[in-house]
Parts: sequence; C-alpha cells; structure tokens
Amino acid sequence: MSAETITYREAVRRAMCSAMSEDPRVFLMGEDVGAYGGCYAVSKGMLDEFGEQRVRDTPLSESGFVGAGIGAAIGGMRPIVEIMTVNFSLLALDQIVNTAATFLHMSGGQFNVPVVIRMATGGGKQLAAQHSHSLEGWYAHIPGIKVAVPATIEDARWMLATALEDPDPVLIFEHAALYNMEGELPEDGAPVDLEKAVVHRQGNDVSLITYGGSLHKCLEAADQLAEDGISAEVVDLRMLRPLDTEALVETVTKTHRAVIVDEGWKTGSISAEITTRLVEEAFYELDAPVARVCTEEVPIPYAKHLEDAAIPQVPDILDAVRKVVEHHV
Amino acid sequence: MSDQTTPDRERALHLFKQMLRVRRMEEKCAEMYSAQKIRGFLHLYIGEEAIAVGVMESLRDDDAVVATYREHGHALVKGMSMNCLMAEMYGKMSGCSRGRGGSMHLFSKKHRLYGGNAIVGGGIPLATGLALADKMQGRDRVTVCFFGEGAVAEGEFHESMNLAELWNLPVLFCCENNLYAMGTALDRSESQPDIHLKAASYGMHSSQVDGMNVREVEKAAKSAVDAVRRGEGPRFIELRTFRYRAHSMFDAELYRTKTEVQQWRERDPLANYLDYLEREDLVDDDELARIEQEVIEEVEQAVEYAENADWEPVEELTRFVYSEEKE
Ligand SMILES: Cc1ncc(C[n+]2csc(CCOP(=O)(O)OP(=O)(O)O)c2C)c(N)n1
Repeated sequence: MSAETITYREAVRRAMCSAMSEDPRVFLMGEDVGAYGGCYAVSKGMLDEFGEQRVRDTPLSESGFVGAGIGAAIGGMRPIVEIMTVNFSLLALDQIVNTAATFLHMSGGQFNVPVVIRMATGGGKQLAAQHSHSLEGWYAHIPGIKVAVPATIEDARWMLATALEDPDPVLIFEHAALYNMEGELPEDGAPVDLEKAVVHRQGNDVSLITYGGSLHKCLEAADQLAEDGISAEVVDLRMLRPLDTEALVETVTKTHRAVIVDEGWKTGSISAEITTRLVEEAFYELDAPVARVCTEEVPIPYAKHLEDAAIPQVPDILDAVRKVVEHHV
Repeated sequence: MSDQTTPDRERALHLFKQMLRVRRMEEKCAEMYSAQKIRGFLHLYIGEEAIAVGVMESLRDDDAVVATYREHGHALVKGMSMNCLMAEMYGKMSGCSRGRGGSMHLFSKKHRLYGGNAIVGGGIPLATGLALADKMQGRDRVTVCFFGEGAVAEGEFHESMNLAELWNLPVLFCCENNLYAMGTALDRSESQPDIHLKAASYGMHSSQVDGMNVREVEKAAKSAVDAVRRGEGPRFIELRTFRYRAHSMFDAELYRTKTEVQQWRERDPLANYLDYLEREDLVDDDELARIEQEVIEEVEQAVEYAENADWEPVEELTRFVYSEEKE
C-alpha cells in the first residue's frame, strides 16, 4: 500500500473537491471561501475549478448563510457550509440549534437536514479570546446534530464523505493548529464509520482519551511515558456526538485508568460527560479517579506564555498520567 | 366584461369559502383550547385570513411555504386536511407532525409546508435556502415566506433580504404587518415603521398592500409570484392587517384599546368580501347557507377525528432525532 505525504489542509481540500466532482448537489458556501481562497486557505483554487455557483462567497451574515445552507439541504442540495471559526458560529446558533437540530423531530420525521457545517476551532495561534475557543463540546450537548472532530490526515480526507452521506446535520470541527500538519495519506482510503472511536496506540497502564488537536499532544506524551516504562493507550474519540461509550468502557477495562485531554474548559464540558459515562458504565474497572487535563478557566489570552499555560500541553498530560498511575487502591 | 381581477362566480365563492374555513376552524380551536383539549401556545390568525388565502391562490402545489407559529391558516389553505391539523393540535399521532409539533409546528412534506417556526425571524433564512436549492437545481418553483412585522427587527431578516437579492433567489417574502408584536406596537420598536421600504433598501422589488382585501392580496401576490417564477428575483409584499384576537391565549391585551380592535373589525376581510359578492351578484343566500353548512361540518368532523385519534406510544419518544434510514 502506497502513501503520499500531504497537509491536513490539503486533505480537507481534496475531500471537498472529490465530493463536488462526484455529486452535483454538493457545493461550498461561506465567508471568503472563494476569491480569497478560504481564510485558512483550505478552499484555495476551488473557485477556479468549480465556479462561483458552487463555491459561493457569502456576506458576513453567519445566521443568514448557515440558515440558507440548512434550507438548501432541506431543498435537496448537499451544502458544505464553512464558518471561519467556532466563535463566529455563535451568531448562527439559532439556525443550528433551533432549526437544523429540531426540524426532523418537530416535523414528525418528515424533513431531514443533510447539511454539513465545517469550522475551525481551538487555540495555540495567539489569536486571543475571540478566535481561539473550543466550543465543540457545547454542540455535543444538542440532540439532532452530530459532532465530528477529525484529528488525522486520513480523517480530514475521509470524514467529509461520510458526513455528506449522512441524512442529518453534521458539524465538523477542524483544529486550526492542524492545518499545517503533514502526514501520510494511504491511497486506498474510504469513507470512515463516523460513530467509532479509534485506538491510535495500544497500551496497558492508562488510557489517554482525547480528540482533535489534543490527539497529537497525547501521542507525544505517550512516547515520553513509554521511556519511563508507562504504557499509555491513546483513544481518539473522532465524534463527540454520538459518543462511542463502548470504546471508552473497553479501553478502561483494559487499562483501569483514564486521563481525559480536552481543549475545552472543564466545567460542564465534554470531558465531564466522558467522566460520567465511565463512572456510570465502568466504575468497578477503575483503579484510580478519572483525571482531566483541560483548558484553564479563562478566556484564552494573547501572550504566548499565557496562552501556552492556558491550553493543555504535553507536560500537563504527563503530570496527570503520573498521578493517576501512582494512585493505588 | 371581465379582466383578470373580476373573478368568476365559482372562484369567488371558493375564495370566500377558504377564508371561512380558516376562521371557523380557528374559532373551534379557541373553543377546544378553553375545553383544555388543545394546550400550549395557540396563536390565532382571525382577521388575517385574506392574506393566506390571497397568496396561496397564486401558488402551484409544488411551491413551498415557510410560516411562523401563527400558521394554521397557511397550512389549511396550502391544502392540508383539517383533520390532520386538528389532530396535531390535540397532540395526536395522526397529526401532521405526529403530535411532536403542536399548533406552532405544522409541517407537511406532501404540501411543501416547512413549518410552523416559533423563533421570530428564524424561518427567513430557511426560505432563502429553499429558494437557493430550487435555483441551483434549475426548477421554477417559488418559496413563499410569511412572517410578522416583529421579525423585521431581527438580524436574520436583514441578512436574508441581502442574500436573496444578491443571489437573485426565487422567494416571495410576505410580511403580515398586524401592527403589534405581542404587546409592542410597531412605532414603538422601529425607527422606520414603513416596512416595505426596508426591503426596498436592499434593492428588492417591494410593495405595500391592503391585507384585509383578498382581491388586492391575490392580485399583488399573483404578479409577484409570476415575476419570481420568471427568474426576476425575490419580491417583498407588506400586507397591512390586524389580528382581532389576543396574541396568544395567555394575553390579557393591555396594550391596545377595544376601539382600535373594533375599527379594524369593520374592515373584516370576510364581511367585506361578502358585501362585494352580493353587490356583484356573485352569491345568493342558498349558496351562502350551503357553504356555511359545509364548513361547519368539516370542522365538526375534524374535531371528531382528533378526538378519536391515537396517541403516539411513549416507546416511540426518541424517534426522529436522527433519520431512521440512510439514503
Ligand atoms: C427570537 C424570538 N424572540 C422572541 C419571541 C417571543 N415572541 C413570540 S411572538 C412575538 C411577537 C412577534 O410579532 P410579529 O413578528 O409581528 O408576529 P405576529 O405575532 O404579530 O403575527 C414574540 C416577541 C420568539 N418567539 N422568538
């Protein structure tokens, strides 16, 4: 099996281009996706390739164009709506939460909403509080939508295809720090099962449960832990709704210890949900309290040293793991 | 002599009957609400019937409608059966939304009714998107979006006007200006209370029409729908109207006088249309009595249907959160 080295950005772009080539119902809309080339350069060149009907630049009106994307999906299209960052998606919350998520249910099953909404999330680029937050956990609270978090080149390439095939609204969160990441893309890729977490590294002593941008920090931490003789299993959730509870129980049944790494804030977060599920479903498997490495409870600051301190880092993960591993019942 | 606006007898009676169906159905809803058969919020359209009827007459079956929580009339004249509407208000499984929507969320795929939306302004982007889908797929269908004048203060209204005009989308916006958003009078909430000017400021073809006169509404809607269907872009109609009833069944109506309501009642769309029909000799007493009788029977049957309908089994509570089959 051969593989090619590409960036995460390129992987997302390829996913969109192939979806648009294969299905005339698919189109991309959002702010600056066309002439500008996408604010993270993800859709660069797509305007030339597909024309302005299918790569639609929108005005700065998140609620309007997200709502229009939802309407277009209900009307038979397969829109990919891009929102620059999760922070701006809050202006479209009404359309996402009150329309996309409720339409099928309120209509007694008559109208499904096959829309895909992509956005950047996460910090680490010194963009300060209004461009750096990780709110995907909030969206995971809402029944009626699905929340996907591609952390790898392969998922960036293939999750979109699955999302577009899904009859229901799927939100895809791409960590902004991943766009430049390079990695291998195997040539025989195929749409992925969106509902299954993956174990990226097998281990016996502790489970590092994570998603998105934090996956790579966890893998790095696991390498360092291995040098100290601690064998960490790294689980990538890939979806925050639905959550693959089975995979969570499975990994903890093997390692008996869990550290959750989540760039969201702790209070009321997806990490809180994961912890609770472990307590509910795998309490007697646990040999130590579940630990969490989350963002400090502050809006993300601009200054590099403060931002670094706010967001989960490899040393924080190492500390948490060591405490958990040293814990004896 | 007949031009397009002089209806023949049959059509004239049809328009009258449609308005009467809406009115009698809603009067019955109010009654059933007092009897606690219908619960939740109930927003009656009484007084505004000429709008739904006049606009819907201009549509084809495959045109789409997006409405607000005050949508019983839109749903009925779009062609949905009174039975499934009444059953929905009762919360029954054979209701048009399987009892999951209620009065504010009437839906029908078959009739292309996309709600029933209880978020003020929330349906306007949706309608814009439905129109976008039609345009991108080369279909000559029209989407009509109804909303109250309260909605024009929401950002989504302005975002959608801009998008629809910018992209030349096949959508007709119908603002039902009944002068009050719950208890807030238009001139207490808008710096520019002349609503059709707002749409015009986006470059959109926009007009203002007497929403109490079904003939005027029909005429304006027909020409707007035709233009939209020809690909001339979106249109906007502001329909001046009034709701006789309270905003919802919970409203003590402290914000307006009985005199004001009475003055508008004198412009009643049904009574005035009936006067016109009589003047033009388009109806006689027998016909009128027959229509009344048919409508009353339809309403009674709808109530009976709703009374006898089944409740959805609680085991099915969590259905329709996600689609049951992949495509
Ligand atoms: C976004 C939003 N804000 C507030 C409300 C509460 N609310 C329900 S109806 C209404 C008034 C709307 O008036 P208008 O748009 O003129 O429609 P009308 O009821 O007169 O038909 C308000 C404020 C709501 N449903 N949605």
